Order: sequence, then C-alpha cells, then structure tokens
Amino acid sequence: MRLRMYYPVLATAVLIVLLHLVLAQTETTYYMTQITMSAYYALVVIGLCLLMGYAGQASIGHAGFFAIGGYTAAVLTTYNLNPVKDTPLVARLQSLGLTMHWQDIYGADILSFTPWAAFGAALLLTGVIALVIGASVIQLKGHYLAMATLGFGLIVYRIALGTPVLGRADGVSNVPPFHLFSDLQVNGRAAFRVQNYYIAWVVVLAAMVLALNLVHSRVGRALRSIHENEEAAHSLGVNTYRYKLAVFLLSAIFAAIGGVLLTHYNGSIGPAEAHVIKSVRYVAIVAVGGMANLWGAMVMGIFLNFLSLRGVFGSFDETIFGGILILMMLFAPQGLLRVPRLRALTGLRARRKHA
Amino acid sequence: MDLSQIVQYGLSGITVGSIYAIVAIGFNIIYATTGIINFAQGEFLIVGAMTAISLSHFVPLPVAIAGAVLVTTVLGGLMELVFIRPVKNASVLRLIVITIGLSIVIREVMLHLWDETVRSMPYFTGTAVSTVTILGAGVSLQVFWVLGVSAVIVTALTLFFRYTLTGRAMRACADDRMAARLCGINDRRMVTLSFMLSAGIGALAGCVISPVTQTQYDMGAPLAIKGFTVAILGGLGNSMGAVAAGLLLGLLEALVTSQSSAYKEAVSIVVLLLILVFRPSGLFARHGISALRTA
Repeated sequence: MRLRMYYPVLATAVLIVLLHLVLAQTETTYYMTQITMSAYYALVVIGLCLLMGYAGQASIGHAGFFAIGGYTAAVLTTYNLNPVKDTPLVARLQSLGLTMHWQDIYGADILSFTPWAAFGAALLLTGVIALVIGASVIQLKGHYLAMATLGFGLIVYRIALGTPVLGRADGVSNVPPFHLFSDLQVNGRAAFRVQNYYIAWVVVLAAMVLALNLVHSRVGRALRSIHENEEAAHSLGVNTYRYKLAVFLLSAIFAAIGGVLLTHYNGSIGPAEAHVIKSVRYVAIVAVGGMANLWGAMVMGIFLNFLSLRGVFGSFDETIFGGILILMMLFAPQGLLRVPRLRALTGLRARRKHA
Repeated sequence: MDLSQIVQYGLSGITVGSIYAIVAIGFNIIYATTGIINFAQGEFLIVGAMTAISLSHFVPLPVAIAGAVLVTTVLGGLMELVFIRPVKNASVLRLIVITIGLSIVIREVMLHLWDETVRSMPYFTGTAVSTVTILGAGVSLQVFWVLGVSAVIVTALTLFFRYTLTGRAMRACADDRMAARLCGINDRRMVTLSFMLSAGIGALAGCVISPVTQTQYDMGAPLAIKGFTVAILGGLGNSMGAVAAGLLLGLLEALVTSQSSAYKEAVSIVVLLLILVFRPSGLFARHGISALRTA
C-alpha cells in the first residue's frame, strides 16, 4: 500500500525521460529552459497546495518567500567582500569555507559567499519570517493569514524596489551558477540545459515525495481532519495550531528553495518576482490543480507556468490567472484533474449516507 | 519638530486615516452580512477615482464624482450577483479566494483601460498650492474636503442603519440571517445591497483622496491592507471603532513618516500582526476572548 504511493513518481520519472527524447528528436530542446524554470515555480505551488489543500489556509504572500530566497542568494553570492577581506569577521568566514573567489563577466575578481552558504542563509531567513507571521495569525480563521501574507508580500515588494543593495527596480544580476557537487551546477547557459532539466525535475520529485509522505502520514491525517472540521480535530487531541504552523513553514521553505534555484538558473532576480500578482498566480494554479491534489498542483504548476513563460497569454497574463481563479472557484472547486469517476462515487456515498 | 510641523504631520495623518476608516467600514458592511472579507475593497476606491478623473474631462466635477460613485456601486452589485450569489454552500475560504481573483481582474482591466500613468483628480476648491495657515502650518484645502466627506459618510451610514427600514433590515441580516428571513426580509437582496453600499462609499472616498495621494491602477491592495488593519483594530463590525482606529493608524503612519518615510508601508502590517496576536477582537472590545479564534 505504501509503495503504491510512489508509482506515479516512477511514472513521472519515465515521462520526463521520454519528454527529453521527444524534445531531442524534434530539435526543440530550447523548450527545456522554460520547463526548468516552470519546475522551480512548481515548487512554490506544491508547498502552497499543502497549505491550502491540506491545512485549509490561504496565503497570498508566497511570492514574497520566493523573493526572499532568491534575493538572499543573489545578494550573498554577488556582494563583493574583497574590500573588507582583512577584517576578522570575513577572515573567519573564509577559513570556514563559506566564501569563494570567482570572476564576474567583466573579469573582475570577486570574493563572495558560496551558493551553499547563501542557500542556508536564505532558508534560515525565510524560516524565521514565516515563523513570526505564522505564529501570530495561523490560529485565527483563514482570511487573517490571507490578509497578513498579502501585507507581507507588499512589504517585500516595496523593500525590493526601494533598497539600493537589492538593485531597486533593476534587481540583482550576474548571479554566479550554483555548483551543487562535482560537475553538477545550476546554470542557465545553453551548454547546461539538459543537465539542469534533470536537476530541476529531481528537486521537484524530491519535493513531491516529501509532500506525499507527509499527507499520507499521521501528520497528513491530522491536517485533513483540521480541514474537514477544525473543532472536531481539536477535540480529538490534534494540536491544530502546531500542525498548521509546520505546514506554513514548510510551504514557505519550498517557495524559498524555488527562489534560490531559479535565481541561480536565471543569473538574476527582479522585484517582479515579489509582486502580489505572482502570489495570486500560485493560488490560482493550486486551485486549477484541485486544492488537495498534489499531483494536480505539480502538473498545473509546470504546465501553466510553461505557457506563461512562452508568452502564450500575451499581455493578458495576469488577467488570465485571475480569471482562472474565479472560474475554478465558481464551477470546479475540486480542480480540473480530479478523476470524475471517483468524485461521482464519493458523491453517491454521501447521498446514501444522507438517505 | 516645531509646532507647525506637528500640525502638518498630524493633519496629513488624520486625512489618510479617515480614508482608511472608510475602507474599513466598507469591509465591515460586507463582513457583517456575509462573513466574507472582500479583498477587492481597495479596488473600489481606485475604480471610483479613475472613473471620476475620466468623466471630469467631459462634465463638471460634481457630476463626474456622482457618475463615478454610481458606476462603482453598480460594479459592486454586479460582483455580488454574478460571482458571489451563484456559489451555493460555499466555504468562506472559497468566497474569499473569489474576491482575490476579482481584485486581480479588476486591477488588470484598469491597467488596460487607464494604463500605468499616475493620475489625479483636480482639487475640489482652489489649486494644489492654495492653502490655509493653521498654527503656522500650510494646510491644503483638500484636507477639509476629505475630512468633511468622511464625516458625512459616517454620519449618513449611522443614520441609515439606525432609522431606515432597509438599514435596519440589513442589520437584522447581519445579526441572524435565518431569523431575518423568517421576518420576511429578502436576505439575498440585503447582501447585494451591502456590496453596492460598500462599493459606493469606497468610490467616494477614492475621489476625495485622489488629489492628495494621486491614483494609480495598482494602489488598491495597499489600501485594502490598511483598511483591513483598521477594521481589525477597531473591532470587525464596529464602525465607530473603525473611525477611531483609522485616525490612530493614520497618525501612527504620519509619525513614522516624519522620522523616516522608508518604513511607512511596514507600519500597518506590523500593527496588524500585533493586534492579531494580542487583541484579535480589536482595541475597543469589552470581552477579552475573541470570537475570531477558531479553536
């Protein structure tokens, strides 16, 4: 039973390889770039799906967490420590192996934090912020988290636009590639396209396995009981507060990981990533995938972001995501990817129960 | 800081604060009848102001404002009829997500209609430079318009809810929808009316503040956050509390701005988090335990 949960993961892995072969055959491997980017956005969606679908809380600030991850990575790996390299603090960081020397595109020598150190810092920062926001509002009804995260997202956007070290409207560019280990690196150059296609998918599938494990575990059952009826869950001894907070934290971390990796992949990040409209887009994608449907969220996260990155929606990009959100909530709150047979069955059972 | 500066910052705080109060009252009206937090509340102000600015090129200012309020009121009503009413047995979360979607769509439509230009209504009386001197501080005439119109809105709403049949029916619906229905009140019509009312006062507030803060298509969300903070601070559903809380938040923002304008935007969200942690039922609630907590 437990193993069956992973069959779709294996099937997806096979499909990913097949897709690679198809793209290679049709000489359209350039699509891989957008697929890779979409995969990192899908990470945000998977985390948000856990939060919305399983813990029943909406966040309209996940672009903020994504941006915090991305900006932390970008700033720490590009900020040149050379002028201050003789200070005791920087010397200490160097001896700990947290810094690296590299050359930017103009050939200048730069001493900065390593991507791994920046990655750690990004997750830590995101975690602390998510904890502060979550701890204060998550025990309240759903719309308080929504409003608080909306406000949080707006602040992140304003800070990104107004802070010189974050590049204001231009964002941060020249972000170096992320050397994971040995020859593997998150790098957006065409030579690394295939490699990065697989890196992104491995990250997404790892996130999926983690999320699936979570929802099929004791924690997942507790979460679903919270979603069904919070008071009943509470009365049965489920620590609703702690579970919801943990999921919120996890979803924020997922978003930050997506932000870090995409920033290294693109080599840059700008304030548009922090915009509220991006957060709403993530919510819309979760809604299309079916609130409590991780696979639906993942597939839609990649599919819709891919279309958007290819420019299919033109200048109506955001309108379309807003429209999708409304239509889904009006007509198909269970999402598009629900197996209809299953829904009919549960509907039947529910009716029989009432009779 | 000398006296004239204190007056200057104080009055600008009260001016924006009174607008926050109107946004908060808009939240309250819809929340009371439906339990929904309408995330498109801030957009009502921008739609109102933008429509009035466009109309003012063709008709006199008072007519343009009246037209804008009418258009926005109809928009609010349509929103409820088309998107909220048809959803049966919906969870509040689902309805809130719908209003989030609506706010984005309205914002994007405004972007296509009015592009990204920052616009401004003409000053109602005088020009941008005509001021009255109070205690050495130069105060724009528009400030008095904002304060006056806000006071009129609050007074009119209070009278409406207390003395008119429709207003009392709306209050009955807010109190107990089933009981109101049993008394022969058309509760659905009251819900539509609450959206229209909320949109109408929002549009009016958007028009009067436009000369002071100017108007851009994406300014709705920050206004919504501030209005929501004020609504919570004053106690959700408490209009007089909203007025006091609005002025308080406005003054607090002005105080922070006088020190450093960089943190102005962060004030409301910090206040929101603090109030949600320590007094979720608002500053003025008598009972300590909040009805807002689910567990």
